[in-house]
Amino acid sequence: MVANPQQAREGTTVSKEEVFARVRSALRGKKASAAPAAESYARKGELGAEDLLQLLEERLREYDARVFRCAEDDLGQQIAEVLASGGKSKMVHPSGLPAQWLDARISWTSDADGANGQLSFAQIEALDGVLTAATVAVAESGSIVLQHGPKEGRRALTLLPDYHLCVIFGEQIVETLPECFDRLRSTATRPTTFISGPSATADIEMTRIKGVHGPRFLDVILVNHAV
Amino acid sequence: MSLITVDPRKAEPFPIAAAELLQDTQLRKNVAHATDVIQRKRSALVAEKADWQALRSAGAAIRREALLHLDSYLEQFEKQVTAAGGHVHWASDADEARRIVIGLLRDAQAKEVIKIKSMTTAEIDLNHSLEADGVRVCETDLAELILQLGADQPSHIIAPALHKNRHQVRELFAREMHLPELTDDPPALTEAARRYLREKFLKVRAAICGANFLVAETGSICIVESEGNGRMCLTLPDTLISIAGIEKVVPRFSDLEVLLQTLPRAATGERMNPYNSVWTGVTPGDGPQNLHVVLLDNGRSNLLADDMTRQTLQCIRCAACLNACPVYRQTGGHAYGSVYSGPIGAILTPQLHRMEYGQSLPYASSLCGACYEVCPVKINIPELLVYLRSRIVEKNKGKLGSIFSQERIGMKMMARIFLNHGRFENAQRMARVLEKPFVGRDGWVHKLPGLAGQWTAGRDLEALPEQTFREWWQTRNRQERGPR
Repeated sequence: MVANPQQAREGTTVSKEEVFARVRSALRGKKASAAPAAESYARKGELGAEDLLQLLEERLREYDARVFRCAEDDLGQQIAEVLASGGKSKMVHPSGLPAQWLDARISWTSDADGANGQLSFAQIEALDGVLTAATVAVAESGSIVLQHGPKEGRRALTLLPDYHLCVIFGEQIVETLPECFDRLRSTATRPTTFISGPSATADIEMTRIKGVHGPRFLDVILVNHAV
Repeated sequence: MSLITVDPRKAEPFPIAAAELLQDTQLRKNVAHATDVIQRKRSALVAEKADWQALRSAGAAIRREALLHLDSYLEQFEKQVTAAGGHVHWASDADEARRIVIGLLRDAQAKEVIKIKSMTTAEIDLNHSLEADGVRVCETDLAELILQLGADQPSHIIAPALHKNRHQVRELFAREMHLPELTDDPPALTEAARRYLREKFLKVRAAICGANFLVAETGSICIVESEGNGRMCLTLPDTLISIAGIEKVVPRFSDLEVLLQTLPRAATGERMNPYNSVWTGVTPGDGPQNLHVVLLDNGRSNLLADDMTRQTLQCIRCAACLNACPVYRQTGGHAYGSVYSGPIGAILTPQLHRMEYGQSLPYASSLCGACYEVCPVKINIPELLVYLRSRIVEKNKGKLGSIFSQERIGMKMMARIFLNHGRFENAQRMARVLEKPFVGRDGWVHKLPGLAGQWTAGRDLEALPEQTFREWWQTRNRQERGPR
């Protein structure tokens, strides 16, 4: 049924011209009527710092995430306690995390410890969980946004483990999605993942089941501003 | 079940397919339950957004702008994807898209491929072509897996297996995954799918996905999902092929701040779905290093010229119109004979086929307007349904002896009768006599002979009253004027 795929691909420039010719002839003389996007939806949030933290915490809890708060100086201690309370002892982390996050009571493996500067998928899977920072968090929808820089790691790192512990700083929290996109704009072409609760499905009788393929368990530490 | 096809060229007309499916009470229960649950969640979350109407207008404006400048945005998208290390391919029809994908998989020496749920690949029936070329296809979305294992067809745009209940899924998984002990508890069924697919994610080196949005400004692709199977497919393999309709482009990265607010609320009744991935070309050391985007026309450009039909392409595939539609909620999706069902399917399917197929679909609606009310990008579906009905009548005008030419004669007669009150009153009196043999004991006409029988096949007609309003009005006037 497929005569020659090679030929088909060489024909793709012909098809491009064909598709463009159809599109252009259909749209001839239409451009003038285009109106710029109306922007009367809410862009800026209204909440103060503490209310913002509370809203994010509430939303994350609705997704069954555990949420902890601590001061920046206590972060290493808090991370160790959260991991101990969840019975996690062998953790993976991206190479760019500050040393003080990596408490000595936990066995830490850096992604950079792998053979070619990266762990294999099997090595990541074999560990209890992953610890990362985040780029932005959106309080209104309880979303954590990762742009997979040195403190967040490549995408596989926060995908394969069954458990994700994420550290979010107060100044990283915004209220609305438009505020979030304002922050992401300058780094828009980086790989970007929005995480809003653990993976879930409702494909069987619309019953929400937590934990299909991504990490099934999510803990979040919210770090208050150092005063 | 042999009746079910999602190929509009082979499907039965809607009333015939629907009549058969309406007999399946289990299916009707499943569909009613699922659409009720989604509708309830959707209404609650839409109600909490004070700026919902503004978001709908902004979403519609973004999609309108993208379509009006489609050529320049597509060009910009291709340029940015290429600059970021990806490859763009163009397919004018389904056959060409299939050939391109097969060629790419041969190049990658892929004998097996994992797939993210994609309506576009269902539209071009990609899986069968791949299997015919010796490539094993593994659907990784739970609902798509249910359909694949059961050799079934999608019946809903975002929850394609909602016509199956837990017992039916249990039977299927137990048989196909060789798990005789499996219970019908949804968490157990989900766990079975997780184990079954985990091994595939780690082993298979090529993946196929669709796209929710293509961003012209940056060359990014956005995929919206819940289960994490999407992230697996677009992160772990070496080769990733995304197949998207040319209409999926949006002008700017920041346009997602609107559409990612409206899509999850409209589609699944969530403030945000669990995972959204946005990526641009190839990122060294992170994800597939071999990225291909296949941009598909397949009839879409036919809809661009006409201001009325163009709005069909604004659709972001949320399926809110399906859940809200009183017709879909009774029949489910299979009656529409297309992967696109419900109100959006009723306007999209015939148009993608140049009005040659799916002609019965624009009539599969009571024009109640619920679809327009819930549409997050304000597609005026009822208006389009009426418009397409008129196009179908025009198209079939010349065909002698067709239902449409008889209907046309009937309509002309009706027009003459309605133009003159004398004729109208005479017609009423005549109809009262002529209908007598057909009026049931309940005062309703259930079945008429001949052409009119097609009308009563799906509707009941109340018998004309003993005295019409006009007759009553005349006697009233006489009485009032009566003897002074």
